[in-house]
Amino acid sequence: MQIELLEIRDHLNRFPPFDNLPEDSLDAIARQVEVAYFKAGTDILLYGAPIHELHYVRSGAVEIYRRSGELYNRLSEGDIFGQAGLLRSNKVRFPARAIEDSLIYFIPGALFGQLCEQFDSFAEFVEAEGQSRLKSAVESQGKASGLIQLKVRKLLGRAPVCASQDTPVQQAAQLMTEQGVSSLVIIDTPPAGQAAAMVGILTDRDLRTRVLAEGLPGSTPVSQVMSPNPVTIQADDSVFEAMLCMLRHNIHHLPVVQRRRPIGLINLTDIIRYESQSSLSLVNSIFNQSDVAGLQSLLPDLRGTYVRMVNDQATAHMIGSAMAGIGRAFIQRLLELGEQQLGPAPVPYCFMVAGSMARDEQLLVTDQDNALVLDDRFDPAQHDAYFAALAQFVSDGLAACGYSYCKGGIMASNRQWRQPLRVWREYFSQWIEQPKPQALLNSCIFFDLDGVYGEIELVDNLKELLADKASASPAFLAALARNALNRTPPLGFFRTFVMETDGQHRHIINLKGRGTAPLTDLIRVHALACGSRAQNSLERLDDIGKTKLLQPEALAQLRYALEFLSMVRIRHQARAIEDGLEPNNYIEPDKVSASERHNLKEAFGVLSNAQKFLRFRYPGQPG
Amino acid sequence: MSATPPLDWAAHFARLADSARDPRLQAYYRAGAPAADTPLNELPLLALDVETTGLDPQQHAIVSLGLVPFDLRRIRCAEARYWVVKPSSELSSESVTYHHITHSDIRHAPALGQILDELLTAMAGRLMVVHYRNIERGFLDQALRQHLGEGLSFPLIDTMELEARLHPKRQPGWLGKLLGRQPTSIRLADSRLRYNLPPYTAHHALSDALATAELLQAQVATHYSAATTVGELWS
Repeated sequence: MQIELLEIRDHLNRFPPFDNLPEDSLDAIARQVEVAYFKAGTDILLYGAPIHELHYVRSGAVEIYRRSGELYNRLSEGDIFGQAGLLRSNKVRFPARAIEDSLIYFIPGALFGQLCEQFDSFAEFVEAEGQSRLKSAVESQGKASGLIQLKVRKLLGRAPVCASQDTPVQQAAQLMTEQGVSSLVIIDTPPAGQAAAMVGILTDRDLRTRVLAEGLPGSTPVSQVMSPNPVTIQADDSVFEAMLCMLRHNIHHLPVVQRRRPIGLINLTDIIRYESQSSLSLVNSIFNQSDVAGLQSLLPDLRGTYVRMVNDQATAHMIGSAMAGIGRAFIQRLLELGEQQLGPAPVPYCFMVAGSMARDEQLLVTDQDNALVLDDRFDPAQHDAYFAALAQFVSDGLAACGYSYCKGGIMASNRQWRQPLRVWREYFSQWIEQPKPQALLNSCIFFDLDGVYGEIELVDNLKELLADKASASPAFLAALARNALNRTPPLGFFRTFVMETDGQHRHIINLKGRGTAPLTDLIRVHALACGSRAQNSLERLDDIGKTKLLQPEALAQLRYALEFLSMVRIRHQARAIEDGLEPNNYIEPDKVSASERHNLKEAFGVLSNAQKFLRFRYPGQPG
Repeated sequence: MSATPPLDWAAHFARLADSARDPRLQAYYRAGAPAADTPLNELPLLALDVETTGLDPQQHAIVSLGLVPFDLRRIRCAEARYWVVKPSSELSSESVTYHHITHSDIRHAPALGQILDELLTAMAGRLMVVHYRNIERGFLDQALRQHLGEGLSFPLIDTMELEARLHPKRQPGWLGKLLGRQPTSIRLADSRLRYNLPPYTAHHALSDALATAELLQAQVATHYSAATTVGELWS
């Protein structure tokens, strides 16, 4: 006779790891469950007691403790506990107490064992301690995305057509016509017995702009008109990395090398064939716009690209990089348009971005944070009117394209942030040598910096200065650490006990302010301490890893936590766009799925532990 | 504390075992009833719920029964039982909207007489726990009269009656009425809410039996102790 304990079955069916079980397994569990009610404040499991059942919170709330009595976890509806003891010694490892009136389901150990054996996903879920559950959630992301798995070599058709550097351009053009290619790899002429190395690349466009337009004779050697030392990509890198590389350098041809040997060439259309409506084609459209209105008209495409990447399960890293690349393209095009209107710049300059764009971690909801680093020949009386106008043009253009004005005034249109390199070096020196936490709160944004247009060396100079001085200044690092501890994760994030309410008095979690931002702050402190010049948080973690400052497991946890928190934020924004709402950074925990909630709690836990370590490493912090 | 002195159900069961004619009833009574001073935590309990075609045992009949064995420590779903039975009276459309058991559900269902064996075996040696005793007591008694020619009496704990004791003044006073206060409900779903028990689908005999078992655990955990004697609660 079929006993229909639907109340129990249907509840289990809503929560992981039960949600992935087949119907008959769920029925089997529901038929064997035992139930008990625990008044708030009563013990459910005592340390060391025998345990033979998996525990499931049907309603109420349960706290799990370490043996020391320290709070380990706080569970609510749909959470399981007791698995640690069940899997090992059949002794309770983590005692549990009801902190609200709770109804607990008990699933017999024998059945639990069967489920673990029968279903890998079930076993993985229950065995996952700490980061590993987060890890599997993060790793499943991006797997479905072809771009990250597809190796560049798969896109390679034919071997590259090569010509030596002393080939005359006319002969090169003939070769290209014969071979039906739009670009040539230019190689040197090595001594006998050695392989030739690539020294440049020559494209159709080079022949037009640098040869014909300049009226150079057909006998000109290609070495004079080629693009020397081209950016290359390794054959085993992913197509995604190739895409990022093109985005970053705004190039359409990318030579592919096997170690140093050129083995092919991929171009934009190769990738677009795989990724129609891709972020790259959007970048292409950006550069085809002739005015701000045209750029502004691309806003729906920008959002469309974003949503499509999310739906294609791109990783947060991919999306953040692509969005930053698109943002850079907007700036680059605006500067080109600005220079067309205002004439060429009177002295060299570099347009610098700060914050998330510099870190390649940009999302949709973002302020513009930028500055101008000018050549030291800059004379305010003569030149500032030009740069003020240029900065204003870019800033207004960005605002029109959805990059709202920076509330903190971190914009090149602000005179303070439109200065020659000499002044910028003073700024950085002062911030580092006389650190004041309050002042650093405002300037902190510049500790993620990147040159986007113009003389990139000007900003690279500042990057070096920062990396060199910061690692040698304990007081500066301590002040940064102090600021990094200002914002803490919502550990109170639990059922209805959320710390913040929004304007409409809904309970919300600010995923950026209490999640990704403090996490990137913390990573920045460690990276600067290690002398890292990287800007991207994941690259910073790589650099930190080289110094053994943090254990590999701790680094992996931070990586997963950052990726996961970013992904929740990204998905939240994508859903808002799909629903026709304005994207923001606030999630309502009630609306988060059970599995996402598990992982969120873990990610916040990782952040909290990392903050504890930071406080330990830079003692004397308040709090 | 109930107003009447506790019944001596153990002695009563011994007498009934002698006077009953049907061997199944004799076996049931011989399994015995607990002494009034037995602490609750030593008692095997059985939550029972029946759904019926109406409220009057004389006119209406049982359409389904749910049973869940339990004690103060655990509710054991593995031993839960549920039957849909062919009622001896017509299903009314009002009752169908209530318990969702329809004519097609009962077409192939057994008559109550065919499951009496199993029912009495499951009940034997366990103290019944119900929410609103008049229904379960009245309908089981009437059903047995119909099928065996003799009735059934048994002790029980009524979780609704326990709620009534805890909320003796359920009607709000004149001030409360003025302030729009609602009377305290002692219905199953509302009672459960007071103990932070989750809402269940009502009027399914097995769900209601489970809900009743959980409610008694919550009532004892909140207002009584494991050592409370059965005599203080039963009737």
